[in-house]
Parts: sequence; C-alpha cells; structure tokens
Amino acid sequence: MLVHSRKAKWAVWVLFLVLFVPLFALPLLVVLGASLATHWSGVLPSGPTIDHYRAATRGEALQALTTSLLTALAASLLALAVGTWAALAAAALKKSHRRVMDALFVLPVAVPSVVVGLSVLVAFSQPPLLLNGTRWIVILAHTVLVTAFAHQSVSAAIVRLDPAYEQAAASLGAGPARVLWRVRLPLLLPSLTAAAGLCFALSMGELSATMMLYPPDWTPLPVLIHAATDRGALFAGSAVAVVLMAATLLVLFAVSRVRTRASYR
Amino acid sequence: MSAESPLRTAPDPARVPAPAGRGPASGREAVLAAATDGGGAGAGTPAEAVRGRAARAGARRLLWALPPVALLAVFFLYPLVLVGRQSLQPDTGGTSLRPYADVFASAGFREALWTTVWLAPAATAGCLVLGFLLALVIAFVPFPGAKAVARFVDVFLSFPSFLVTLALLFVYGQVGMANGLWTDLTGAAEGPFRFLTTPWGVLLAEITYFTPFVMRPLLAAFAQLDTAQLEAASSLGARAPRIVRRIILPEALPALAAGGSLVLVLCLNEFGIVLFTGAKGVTTLPMLIYSKAILESDYPGACVVAVVNVLLSVGLYGLYRVVSRRAGA
Repeated sequence: MLVHSRKAKWAVWVLFLVLFVPLFALPLLVVLGASLATHWSGVLPSGPTIDHYRAATRGEALQALTTSLLTALAASLLALAVGTWAALAAAALKKSHRRVMDALFVLPVAVPSVVVGLSVLVAFSQPPLLLNGTRWIVILAHTVLVTAFAHQSVSAAIVRLDPAYEQAAASLGAGPARVLWRVRLPLLLPSLTAAAGLCFALSMGELSATMMLYPPDWTPLPVLIHAATDRGALFAGSAVAVVLMAATLLVLFAVSRVRTRASYR
Repeated sequence: MSAESPLRTAPDPARVPAPAGRGPASGREAVLAAATDGGGAGAGTPAEAVRGRAARAGARRLLWALPPVALLAVFFLYPLVLVGRQSLQPDTGGTSLRPYADVFASAGFREALWTTVWLAPAATAGCLVLGFLLALVIAFVPFPGAKAVARFVDVFLSFPSFLVTLALLFVYGQVGMANGLWTDLTGAAEGPFRFLTTPWGVLLAEITYFTPFVMRPLLAAFAQLDTAQLEAASSLGARAPRIVRRIILPEALPALAAGGSLVLVLCLNEFGIVLFTGAKGVTTLPMLIYSKAILESDYPGACVVAVVNVLLSVGLYGLYRVVSRRAGA
C-alpha cells in the first residue's frame, strides 16, 4: 500500500531479504544446523547426528525444560496481574501521581538484571525472608524483571484506548467494575495477551539474574545451555537451545490463539 | 488531571476533554458532569459537595494504586537499598567509602566503564535504523509470509541473548562458515574474520539481538495506523518517502522513543552476550558485577559496581525519556 509499482516492490523486498536473512535468519539456521552436526570446519556443518536431541529431551535437560516452563508461567502470570493492576490504577490517578507510578514501574527495566539478581540475593539471604537456595528466589527475580515489561505494554495500550466506549457504557448506567470488566479489559485483551507472550518469552530466555541466583535443583534451560557451551559442548548446547526455542514458540502460538482482533499487517 | 476539572472548564459537552488513560470512575463522572453542566442544570449543584466527592474519589484511586506499589517496594526497591548499604560496608567491618576508592582506582573498572558507555549508544543507533526499515517493509510493503516474519521477530525475543553469540561463533568464528568459505575460495590457510572476541563482535551481536525490541512496538503502532491516511496521501500524489516522513514517522515516534530507550538501557545492562564472548578484552559493568560477586565473592566491590551501573542506566534512561517527551514523542 506504500509502494505501488511492481519493480519498486521487488527492490524493497530484495533489500529486506539482504538485511534480514544474514542478520536474523542465519543465526537461527546456524544453531539449528549445529544441533544436528558433530563438526563445523567448512561452509556447512558435517557429521549429521540426532544424538544431541536424544540427550536434550531427557534427564537433566528435560528437568531444566520443566523448570523453565514453570518459572516462566509463574513469573508471567504474576507480572501480568501486578503490571495490569498498576497500569489501570495509575491511569485513574492525577497526572503527577501517575508520573511517579510510571517511573517506579519502569525502574526494573532500567536497572540491570544482574543487579536485580545481586540485590535479590543480598536481600533474601537474610531474615526476615530467607529464600536463597530455593526455587522461589528465581521465580521472584523473574517476576520483578518482567513486571516492568507487562506494565509498560499495558499502560501504552490504555493510553490508546478510545474513552468514548467506557463513557458510553458509564452514561448508560454501568458501574466502574462493570465498565472495567465488560469494556476496558476486553478492549485491552489483545495487548494483555501480547504482554503475556512477551513476559513468558523474556522469562524463558533470562540468564543474567538467574546466573546469580539459581539453586542446584532449579536449573532453567539457559543456565544449562551456558554450562554446556562453557565446557566446549557447542553442538549439544545448540540442541538444547533449539528445544528452548521450540518450547517458547509452542507457548507463544497458544497465547496468540487467545488474541482476538489486533493483528500485524 | 483531576475529576473536577471538567466541571470547572467544560462549557460544551462535545468538547469535554477525554484524556487517555482515565479511570472508569473519572470517565463516568466526566460524562455526568458534562451532561448536567451542558444541560444548564448544573447551576444549582452545591460546589462543595461535588468537591468533597471528588476528593473522596481521588483518595480511593490512590488506595487502589497502593497494593502493586507495596509489592514493588518489598521485592525490588528494598533489595536495591540493601545493595547501596552493602556497597558502604567493606569486608573489614564498619562503614566507609573504602570499597568505592578501591574499585574506582582499578584499571579494570575504568576499562569496563568505557566499553559499556560507547557500546550501548552505538548498538542503539544501529537497532533504530535497522528496526525502522524492517518494520516499515513488514507493515506497509507486505509480502507473502510477512506475518510469519513478524511472528519470527517475536520468537527472536525468546532467544537467550548469548545464543546470538553462539550462532555468530559458527558464522564468523575461527573455523566457522565465513572463514570456511574464504579458505575454500582462496585456498588460504586461515580466514580474515576474527573480530568476534573484540568489542565489534559484541556490537554485532547486540544489534542482531536488540533490533526486534525496536520492531515489536513499531509493528504494534503500525497495526493501529489508519491506512486510509496512506491511501489518501498516495492518491493525492505523495510518493513513498514523503508518506513515510510526513505520516508514518510521526505516528512511529512514540514507539521509536520507547523502543530506543529500552534498547539503550538493555545494551548498557547486557550480560549474556558478553559472558559468552568470553574475550578477556571485552568486560562491561554487568560482567564485572558477576565476576566480582560470584567468582571472587567480593560483595562490597560488586555492590559498588552495581551502584555505578544503576546510576548510569537509570540516569540515561530518565534523560532519554525527558528528551523524547520534549520532542513531542
């Protein structure tokens, strides 16, 4: 709709491919290729095998996958609840109060995740709340990290809401709770699911804070991948990475089924 | 903006300000206020009762905002305060600025600071340009499979960042794809690509990894853009560059500002890519925090670097938000 002539369209698409493929598609393909290989010394990988996948779908790796899924699920649900609540509450406040609240909830994005990990480690290794060495400290850190993203995307969507709908509902006699439940939340649903997907994905791939915190019995996938590649098992690590990507993709797909109207063009 | 302002300022119901982000209660009150005021029946309403009701509504709204703020305070702000406190408590006991003096005096810290400070803006600039171009094509010059590409961009976010470095190892590493191609073509013993363990390798990985963070809000903004505007401009004879400059770019500015500030801070704070590069020459502040805390168990030192890193990223992020708000984004 922006470029009309056939020639110009093709020129734009070729430019897109030239930028997109080497930068974004190639890394994924390379990891996929490496996960199926034992050597890589030429242009293409060599020594095809599926042994890495056998190892990546059982034992330690399978447990890490469950760990990652549970952590991401808990963290993104908690973050979505707190972030949406905060965004809705902030939207009703006076402008000065709203600014303060937005700034507060944006802070976890600005603070390095390594520092979030460090601070949670420092704070919850001592009474009154001793969480160090448990799975809860990992889930807590993930929740703190992704809440900011949930809050940001939900409040951005609230700003774009057309107030005419809720005003119409209110003028017809709907109470605030009813307006929220029947008008605002349904209108926000596409953004809520998008936020949930983002939170889940970020939590699945979180490494920095997790590296500071994880107990031995709660090892998420990224930590496992790092451990594998760190000891030189690049190809086995790639297979675990592919499993991580596939799991995330499946969940994102399921989430996008919930999405009703808004779609990318 | 308080709920009582429409009462005072709204002479015309059609022009009742409807600021975005109104709470359900305030929206309802605005409508009621406009209805009574515009109908000319508002003259008899006792102003004090209205003001009292508005004050009570304001207090109730503040109360609703309390639970999430309390959670944030306990699980995020309080731990940060403890990090600040620990940075003033050297292992030898007592409270002093010694950890700061020690860290600031070390060459490793200064080098990490400089690397962090130049890498982040460079990567952000790259991400903004690249992300805008790619999102533009996906949204407005759609091709078969453009939706799949947009979905692919989402998946990229779930990629642990250090995996980009892993992939680049296979592409540009000592024995990777590019060097393999070069040796096959020229017969040379070694390929020319060995930038992966330098800051340039980190820069390439950061641009690759963070561009989707710019594309995502852009695509969302583009999806809400009314295409009738584009059709109208185009039918009136505007060419593509003009449409991009005059219609799409203004619409995209908030998304660009949001994406750009996010990427700037995420680059300042990036850990996985640098950890995985494993190059001794490239140490950034987050990397330094990790190695001090976990590898050396030097908690006061780690906390000092953490304080510096937090001040840097939060300061830059705040500045960026103020500037982009001034710019009208």
